[in-house]
Amino acid sequence: MSASAIVSILFDGLAYAMVLFIISVGLSITMGLMGFVNLAHGAFAMAGGYLVVTLTRSWGVPFLPSLVIAAVVVGVASIPFERILYSRLYKATELDQVLLTIGLAFMAIASYTYFYGPSPLTVPLPSFLTGQIDIGVRTVPTYRAFTIVVGAVLIALLWYGFERTNIGAKIRAAVDNRRMAQSVGINVDRLFTLTFALGSGLAAFGGGLAIQTFGLTPSFAVLYLVFFLIIVSVGGLGSLKGTLIASILLGVFDIGGKYLYSDAGGFFIYVLTVLVLLIKPAGLYGRE
Amino acid sequence: MAVSDIETAAAAPASAASTASARARATAFLAKRHHLRWWEALPWLLIIAAYFIFPDRLTFGTQVLIGIMFALSLDLILGYAGIVTLGHALFFGIGAYTVALLTARWNWGEPISSMLLAILLSSLAGLVSGWFLLRYRNLTLLMLTLAAAILVQEAGNYRSDITGGYDGVPGMEIWKLFGVFENDLYGHTYYIYVGVLLLIVWYIVRRIVYSPYGAALTGIRENVRRMHAIGSPVHWRLVTAYTIAAGIAGMAGALFAQSTAYTTLGVFDFDNSAKVMVMLILGGTGRLYGAFIGATVYLVLEDHLSKLSPTFWQFGIGLLLVLTVLFARRGLLGLLEDALKYFGRGAKS
Repeated sequence: MSASAIVSILFDGLAYAMVLFIISVGLSITMGLMGFVNLAHGAFAMAGGYLVVTLTRSWGVPFLPSLVIAAVVVGVASIPFERILYSRLYKATELDQVLLTIGLAFMAIASYTYFYGPSPLTVPLPSFLTGQIDIGVRTVPTYRAFTIVVGAVLIALLWYGFERTNIGAKIRAAVDNRRMAQSVGINVDRLFTLTFALGSGLAAFGGGLAIQTFGLTPSFAVLYLVFFLIIVSVGGLGSLKGTLIASILLGVFDIGGKYLYSDAGGFFIYVLTVLVLLIKPAGLYGRE
Repeated sequence: MAVSDIETAAAAPASAASTASARARATAFLAKRHHLRWWEALPWLLIIAAYFIFPDRLTFGTQVLIGIMFALSLDLILGYAGIVTLGHALFFGIGAYTVALLTARWNWGEPISSMLLAILLSSLAGLVSGWFLLRYRNLTLLMLTLAAAILVQEAGNYRSDITGGYDGVPGMEIWKLFGVFENDLYGHTYYIYVGVLLLIVWYIVRRIVYSPYGAALTGIRENVRRMHAIGSPVHWRLVTAYTIAAGIAGMAGALFAQSTAYTTLGVFDFDNSAKVMVMLILGGTGRLYGAFIGATVYLVLEDHLSKLSPTFWQFGIGLLLVLTVLFARRGLLGLLEDALKYFGRGAKS
């Protein structure tokens, strides 16, 4: 295998991993906080993707602002879902949670098929994001480099927010021990609503970012859900570091597998997932 | 809890008398629970009636019967043992592919022997995967069952020269049943064949869930710590239930492949696992007849609505799930029971 092939696997894998990370991180934290199995998370990412398409195509908003707008709109719109539907099932079994959120995902898929049609949609990119860029070793697609930069910035922001701010400390405390956090006066319910909105917003941002890489169809909501769930469970619930490492592993292995063995490509990540979970059931950085 | 136990207990000195009477009461309770009630004949009467009422819709009827069998297998592990799995389609798929590959690769299309092999192989898959996976719980178990099904699907896709990939196994030829009965265009043969097999499966599952073993499964579902505490071999109980359910699911898969003479890798899809779960939830879990009602209602609705508009059907099934979880957690049968109680007749007759 040539050096150039290794560089492109690492580079493409990393770009892919960033999108996966941005979408999955919210899922990981909300699951870590409440233990809520949210299979509708992909639907929020998809909603973001379609919102970006509408904003850029019909309303003429440039790509970058529409990513931000989609994140904010979906984040705010997710609050009523959390308050009205999810909050009823925090103490229910995970079967109930799975069923409710699968139901929501189905409804989302059907609604978006009705309004946007089943065929894949694309988004007009600004000229500075198309074409190739020279990164020294070789030239790479600009959009992928852009994805990696955006991912790195978001990781830095999230890390700062999580580790260095008061609210981040509260979230960590609640993930560690919800009862203890509650008894020292942290309003875990409100904290959860906040992180849920943040997570959905990030998912929507990632969904917009993913249009170029994954393609956008209404089945997005469940098609990539398995990937998000794998990242969350392999990384460990509620762990920023775990989610990042799992995203990179999955991204690089999936791209690498597909480059090197196109037929068996999808195989690797599932083997990897099963192995990690058999050895560490709570994930790489999860707590038992 | 056998009769001999009670006799030994009764022969014991007076200090054991209370134990003996408790055992007798427990046995009487189990025996009473076990009795066939009059309404348990209803599903079978309806299945027989459907044969005469819809003679030209029996191919669809066969699929409903297969759906019932598949949902019944899930009920054993989900409804009774409380194992939440997102990969039950794995065993259905193994069953279907056993039949398909036997005929396509080895020119063996005899229905009964290939079905038996399908049951054997899917049970084996259930035993092995259950042994590894059922140590885990919650999200980890969900993910592992899901990944196991996808893993097999991806493996099948890798060797699509054998499996035919998503285009389906080419050249499936199923021989006549018992060498005599051909599967005619209207599906009369298979409707009867699958119906009889479903009766056998139903009887076995019914025996299992009403046995002390079934009570232990329910105990694990309700309070796994207490079952550990009273010394129940929890892991083995779960693995055996999982194995039996896998065998039945494989049987349903084999019958599916035989009745349609068609199998693609789509049988392993998450959609298929989700679908059977939705059927069961819709009917009601842990009550044996939920599978019957759920699968029938789901498939009939799907048949009508998806012709009308697939999008509309998908939205409807999503809404139905949300409403079931929020308002009718015990499924249609639960609603029926509530209604019967409300009208003062009482569901326990």
